[in-house]
Amino acid sequence: MPENYLIEVHNLTKRFAAFTAVDNISFNVKQGEIFGFLGANGAGKTTAIKMLSGLLNPTSGDAKVIGFDVKTQAEKIKKNIGYMSQRFSLYEDLTVFENMRFYGGIYGLRTIEINTKADEILTVLNLVNERNVLVKSLPLGWKQKLAFSISILHNPPLVFLDEPTGGVDPITRREFWELIMEAANRGTTLFVTTHYMDEAEYCNRVTIMVDGKIEALGTPLELRQQMGASSMEAVFLSLARKSSRREL
Amino acid sequence: MKQFWIFVKKEWLHILRDRRTLLILFGMPIAQILIFGFALSNEVKNSKIAILDHAGDDISHKLIERIEASKYFEITKVLSSDSEIDAVFKQGAIRLAIVFPANLSADLYHQNDVQLQLISDASDPNVGTTLVNYMSSIINDYQNELIGFNKLPFTIKAEVRMIYNPQLKAAYNFVPGVMAMVLLLICSLMTSIAIVREKEMGTMEVLLVSPLKPTLVIISKTIPYLVLSFINICSILLLSYFVLDVPVKGNLFLLLAEGILFIIASLSLGMFVSSIAATQTAAMFGTLVGLFMPTLMFSGFMFPVDNMPIPLQWLSNILPSKWFFNIVKAIMIKGLGFSAIWKETLILFGMTCTLFIISIRKFDKRLAL
Amino acid sequence: MFAIEAVGISKSYRFKKQEVKALNDINLQILKSELFGLIGPDGSGKSSLIRILTTLLLADEGTGFVDGLDIVKDFEVIRKRVGYMPGRFSLYPDLTVEENLQFFASVFNTTIKENYSLIKSIYQQIEPFKHRRAGQLSGGMKQKLALSCALIHRPSVLFLDEPTTGVDAVSRKEFWDMLKELQANEITILVSTPYMDEAALCGRVALIQEGSLFKVDKPNQIVDDFSPKLFGIRSLEMFRLIEDLKSWQAVYSCFAFGDSCHVIFKDLKDEVAECTNYLLAKQHQNIEIFQIKAGIEDCFMYLMKKSA
Repeated sequence: MPENYLIEVHNLTKRFAAFTAVDNISFNVKQGEIFGFLGANGAGKTTAIKMLSGLLNPTSGDAKVIGFDVKTQAEKIKKNIGYMSQRFSLYEDLTVFENMRFYGGIYGLRTIEINTKADEILTVLNLVNERNVLVKSLPLGWKQKLAFSISILHNPPLVFLDEPTGGVDPITRREFWELIMEAANRGTTLFVTTHYMDEAEYCNRVTIMVDGKIEALGTPLELRQQMGASSMEAVFLSLARKSSRREL
Repeated sequence: MKQFWIFVKKEWLHILRDRRTLLILFGMPIAQILIFGFALSNEVKNSKIAILDHAGDDISHKLIERIEASKYFEITKVLSSDSEIDAVFKQGAIRLAIVFPANLSADLYHQNDVQLQLISDASDPNVGTTLVNYMSSIINDYQNELIGFNKLPFTIKAEVRMIYNPQLKAAYNFVPGVMAMVLLLICSLMTSIAIVREKEMGTMEVLLVSPLKPTLVIISKTIPYLVLSFINICSILLLSYFVLDVPVKGNLFLLLAEGILFIIASLSLGMFVSSIAATQTAAMFGTLVGLFMPTLMFSGFMFPVDNMPIPLQWLSNILPSKWFFNIVKAIMIKGLGFSAIWKETLILFGMTCTLFIISIRKFDKRLAL
Repeated sequence: MFAIEAVGISKSYRFKKQEVKALNDINLQILKSELFGLIGPDGSGKSSLIRILTTLLLADEGTGFVDGLDIVKDFEVIRKRVGYMPGRFSLYPDLTVEENLQFFASVFNTTIKENYSLIKSIYQQIEPFKHRRAGQLSGGMKQKLALSCALIHRPSVLFLDEPTTGVDAVSRKEFWDMLKELQANEITILVSTPYMDEAALCGRVALIQEGSLFKVDKPNQIVDDFSPKLFGIRSLEMFRLIEDLKSWQAVYSCFAFGDSCHVIFKDLKDEVAECTNYLLAKQHQNIEIFQIKAGIEDCFMYLMKKSA
């Protein structure tokens, strides 16, 4: 292994009865990368993420995440990653600080560590006055940023973000990505799925999944040049149109 | 109106395609009747008892024969001395012991007076008392045989008639109870869930923004459960008659009519719960805790209402199920006609109308946000 | 007469002891056959406004009219005439495609045949699956079915609440093509969406954020009205570029936009030269600075920032 790969995937496949959700995918993710995982709904993105985060067993193929095998060392993987998705983020009926304490506790942080981190996060996000406010009453944009910060509370080397910016206003979306880029700058590796094509540009490298297979892999610049397209959106559309799964 | 039937048809499709719930809807009443009928019973049969016969004469033998023949008792221990009694109770081997005194015949023929000792395990007072009663009635029967031609002066006898239910079958009590429970459960629970599910799925919004009157939307959801419940009443009655030997002494049509009245009351309760519940879980919880539990405890089915403190008796009076329970008992078990239950029917009718109107009113033409 | 009109509509929700203002004095006039977009993020009030206009919710203040009918007094008549597609599509998952369509047709006292011509191009795409349960359709197909169900009674006004959320990019494009076709049938359409790029596909748009409208106009006009000069800037290290620009006092706003960032300067005589110097001093390489035309998203963010 020449470079420091945090994720190594070889011929990973997942079948549900007759349906092949993920079809023989292979790729590697370097440390400190922002790796973008694009694809339509039903293309297999979520299944792939679930396998990599230790939530789902592959049908065949291998994957190593932070050096741990996803099939046999799933529990070790879970301890060392952060996870955030649009659908689930924080407990709405707990306060901001209570959420932090909860997640910190799950990942084994001591009280002192939790308190320090909490203060840091609140300051950075300008939420110092909202420490004891119920998450439910925060605007969506703040919630998402808070959820991201909490997902990296325990300083994991790798974070999975599943469609983290859905529905937020454009300014918040960018602030969110600035947080992501800051984390990458500090050495965290981020694995992000999104359907906002312009966000693909913020990634170091991108793959596009169609019908369970990887149809493109490279930097945004490379892909645009390859497909002769002016934007990532054009790249995506020309690949996605070929999909046969859309009709299902 | 045609739209109304379209809605009803759609509700039927939903119900029929949900196999699991369908199983519960039809299977539950049958299961309950069978379980109550055969497994859980308040009757005490085949209780193990011990005999200590100091007399060993003709009379004691005859009595023992009678006891053996009774289905209520099973003689498992024959003791030889008083000291054994304690031990055998402690072991829990027997529930009742009968002790015949040594000079049984002699005392009876000369003094006309003899005492048999009955020792009963009263750790469950009901069972203890019941066994004593059974035993006493066997002894009394025998005594009446003995004195046959010798008419004693100034005897006050209590002649006992267990009317309506001479065999003291528990089924006579719980079939009406199960009927009330099942109807309430199905109608209120299922209806409230069906309505709230529509709210949760988001389709309710689309239905509201349509020319169909909201009231009709709600009522259309209740129709299939009306039919289902009616089928359930019939299956309960059939089971009771053929499997448990509980007949319908009174007018069957009157019973069915009252059943429909109660069904409508339960449906209204379901509609009411759905108008205040935002999620299906809340609807389920509301119906089970708010309706089903009180019915179980306060309608008179499991525990006698008259024994309860006054406030709880008042509580019992506002439960439609209590009135229905009494009505069903009256018709099924006592064989009474409408003239006997017109008051209860009127009360139930009043409750039903009120509930129905309140629930319809409460249902918003708009989303309550 | 306007097809849809909102006059001073306000709506608040009570949450614990706080009052959350969902809509603040909304005034809108939408003409017949317009394809009108309500553009704003989650929580901006789009759904509340649509629910008020479709008579599902009562406004705290203000009035509204659909096809000239009052949304409070004439709600029953309005409900006969509008088509509504709420978020999450609201189809019956355990009924088949055909059964869903038949059901909605009967609700409005019509049949599939009667208005088939209207939905033909949409429904034909899912017709091969008409016996499949709606719960087993993909997002794009559910969308098409829900649209068909909303149109089956030939409404004069169609309200679509976030119809493209959660659907793949290709289906989203197709959906907007279908909407354009419907316009030709004289149906007024009000669509809400959080996607800025879809704004460009509408005849007119209203930009909404936190319950207030801050711009109502044709997309082209909004872009033309954008007054400041907008620049696109690139360098080798995007992240550091953004940080450095944001910390420079001469910069009014700086937002990442794909492979460049869009910057508005405060008051510079020669933006390109001064900025280049600044960035060179910060040791940036491959610096590119060029003036660009604003897109809808730039306008939205600029207006948002201004009103904050």
